[in-house]
Amino acid sequence: MLSTAADRVASASRRILVAEPSTAESTKKLQRSAAANVVCGFALAGICLLAFSLRLFSVIKYESVIHEFDPYFNYRVTQFLTKEGFYNLWNWFDDRTWYPLGRVVGGTVYPGLIWTAGIIWNVLHFFNIPIHVQEVCVFTAPLFSAFCALTTYFLAKEVRNQGAGLFAALFAASVPSYISRSVAGSYDNEGVAIFALVLVFFLYVKTINTGSLAWATANALSYFYMVASWGGYSFIINLLPIHCLACIFLGRMNSKLYVAYAPFIILGTIEAASIPVVGFNAVLMSEHFGSFLAFGVLHAAMGMLYIKHILPAKTYNAAKALALSAGVAFMAVVAVLVVGYVMASPTFGWTGRSLSLLDPTYASKYIPIIASVSEHQPPAWNSYFTDVHILVLLAPLGLIACFRPMTDASLFLILYGVTAVYFSGVMVRLMLVLAPATCCLGGIAADQILNTFCKSIGPEEGSGGWVGLIKTWMDGEEPAAQSDSVSVDSRPASSSTSSAPSGRRQKSAKNKSKEAAAKEAEASPFNAFNLFGGTRDKLPRDVGIIGALFFFGMLVFYVFHCCWVSAEMYSAPSIVLQSRSPQGGVHVFDDFREAYGWLRHNTHEEAKVASWWDYGYQTTAMANRTVIVDNNTWNNTHIATVGRAMASPEHQAWQIYRDLDVKYVLVVFGGFVGYPSDDINKFLWMVRIGGGVFPDIKEPDYLGERGYTIDDKAGKVSFL
Amino acid sequence: MDALNDILRSFRGEYNKTPVKIQVLDCFLVYAVFTGLVQVAHLLLVGSFPFNSFLAGFLSCVAFCVLTVCLRMQIDPSNADFKGMSPERAFADYVLCNGLLHLVIWNFMG
Repeated sequence: MLSTAADRVASASRRILVAEPSTAESTKKLQRSAAANVVCGFALAGICLLAFSLRLFSVIKYESVIHEFDPYFNYRVTQFLTKEGFYNLWNWFDDRTWYPLGRVVGGTVYPGLIWTAGIIWNVLHFFNIPIHVQEVCVFTAPLFSAFCALTTYFLAKEVRNQGAGLFAALFAASVPSYISRSVAGSYDNEGVAIFALVLVFFLYVKTINTGSLAWATANALSYFYMVASWGGYSFIINLLPIHCLACIFLGRMNSKLYVAYAPFIILGTIEAASIPVVGFNAVLMSEHFGSFLAFGVLHAAMGMLYIKHILPAKTYNAAKALALSAGVAFMAVVAVLVVGYVMASPTFGWTGRSLSLLDPTYASKYIPIIASVSEHQPPAWNSYFTDVHILVLLAPLGLIACFRPMTDASLFLILYGVTAVYFSGVMVRLMLVLAPATCCLGGIAADQILNTFCKSIGPEEGSGGWVGLIKTWMDGEEPAAQSDSVSVDSRPASSSTSSAPSGRRQKSAKNKSKEAAAKEAEASPFNAFNLFGGTRDKLPRDVGIIGALFFFGMLVFYVFHCCWVSAEMYSAPSIVLQSRSPQGGVHVFDDFREAYGWLRHNTHEEAKVASWWDYGYQTTAMANRTVIVDNNTWNNTHIATVGRAMASPEHQAWQIYRDLDVKYVLVVFGGFVGYPSDDINKFLWMVRIGGGVFPDIKEPDYLGERGYTIDDKAGKVSFL
Repeated sequence: MDALNDILRSFRGEYNKTPVKIQVLDCFLVYAVFTGLVQVAHLLLVGSFPFNSFLAGFLSCVAFCVLTVCLRMQIDPSNADFKGMSPERAFADYVLCNGLLHLVIWNFMG
């Protein structure tokens, strides 16, 4: 047994070491591709480092502190996890919020992020590295953004090639839309959920390309992580059926699609049902019905394929007619049942949040709380440019490039891009889901653009473009024609590492000249249009050089923009504020933490604090006091009670608060310095939400002649 | 009716030509489908409590069918989509996926 294994190893190694015919050629090729992969690896390491460091501005400017509101709740749950353990987290009933109702945290939280930080903390403490939980929480998001860039590389590489992958990874590492939700300190679900999203997509595309059940298993596992992390998993569970149906109806169906889709749906449904916050919604809510429909259609189509495969032609036609009529009858019955079930529920089976996506006017009519969140408003056009910069131009080009040639994987990317653009137009918050799509599409486009320019620069066809040029200058030797591997001159790589971005682009130029020669061989009917540099017509050399320079210039602008946006716009912890004094110095407002500190040190431990729901999470986390309502907003009536108390005259408000055992009321007032998002500015929302439940609060009672205006010139200070 | 008999007869004739290994897999499929139908019958007759157990059992039958169909496609020599895949690799993947499936089912069954 051993000897035969040893024999096999020996013969295999002999095959590798012994030169094949045309030895010089093939060893050179091997060396070139090996060196290209090494260079690609270093480029990816640089991209991951870039992704991590771009998100550290707030830690440098202020301190390592958790930002905003929601992350404080996640931080508190992580603290509980590290103290009590994974099992107790499932059963935790939190009595410090929503007094007197409490909150079943185990059943209403998406635990993925908490588990991630908890595992990292446990691993670190196992190796006796005593890092505090807060530090782990603060730096989880930048770490996972580096992983996300890596995964975007793999996704684009799977769809197109390595060059597109490198560009996509560079774009994903720095795209401002993703930075906004994953900056160091922003300890929120999206930080890990976007990584999980791209991972699921990559593994799905990999399964479609290879048809292996092992990749399908990995895909199902990553979907479990995605469901555990974010409510946005319903995007995946609706996009994949759309892709499956598109493949079937475009005639691209094959067995690999079945292997990719069917096990994923069933395993995914059970895994989603295993997470308590989703529970039976995984089979009862309309969000998932699309996946079941596509599952059925896929089986019907596979059945027809099988019968076609096994029967002779005449019998097949008869069988097809029979099966189609039976199938239509069955579908009609199922459709009647489903429609009946769906019509019976007032929201047609969709959850409120999903319905507000499908019908953008729904939230403002029925759920004012969802409408009041600023993240849920439609974006202005300029926020597209701020958030994805040149990808606004490159992504549509990449969309076109995905059509030629169209594979199952590029069809998936097309559908992902289109649906993401639609949903980002409904809610600003979903620009985040658009970001990886634009990065991949932009990567594909950038790859092709550079490909065209480099081929125009290169001395002859199939010479490997950029690289051929370098070799001509450095060695004075003509590179081989029609070579399909990259030449390995490492000197140009080292000589241009002065600026990291251009170094990276060189590597990608090398890597994708592999594809250049391959593309030459393929005759494309679109060559006549010369859309992307049909391989027959090259641009003149000067145009190629200038074009490449312009393109690099655009990329430089992109990187500048991302750094600026990350430093100036998205690094504000919003719990600490800075402004410039007239003398030019910086003044720091730490009022929030001082207030919570005062509460923590000067009030009884069991005292109840009432405030508007924005500050609930921060109060429980930092002041450690019981609150009446918090950011979870699961009970509209309770919030309306607090809103009513805020909007009533003093005596009635006092009565309402006494009924809730409240001893302290927290109100944020920004009038001294012109802080724009204080409770006075939000007051009309309190009236609207209170009036939604208690009819004696009427909004017109609180409007003056010119509506509800605040003198916004009072003590105006501009915040950094 | 005539056409139906024709179809069935020709189908049976062609089906007998498939390898025995694959016919054994098809028997497994029939068994799993039957088990699933029994569970649905129980749901209709006795009621849906506890629902998670029903879901776990029913979906495990469906998933097992799906995975077995995948395996069947991958080891079928007449299927051109899986040219490079050896039957051993297909079976190893199948075992791995079933392992994950049953782990999740066991957790959800309650």
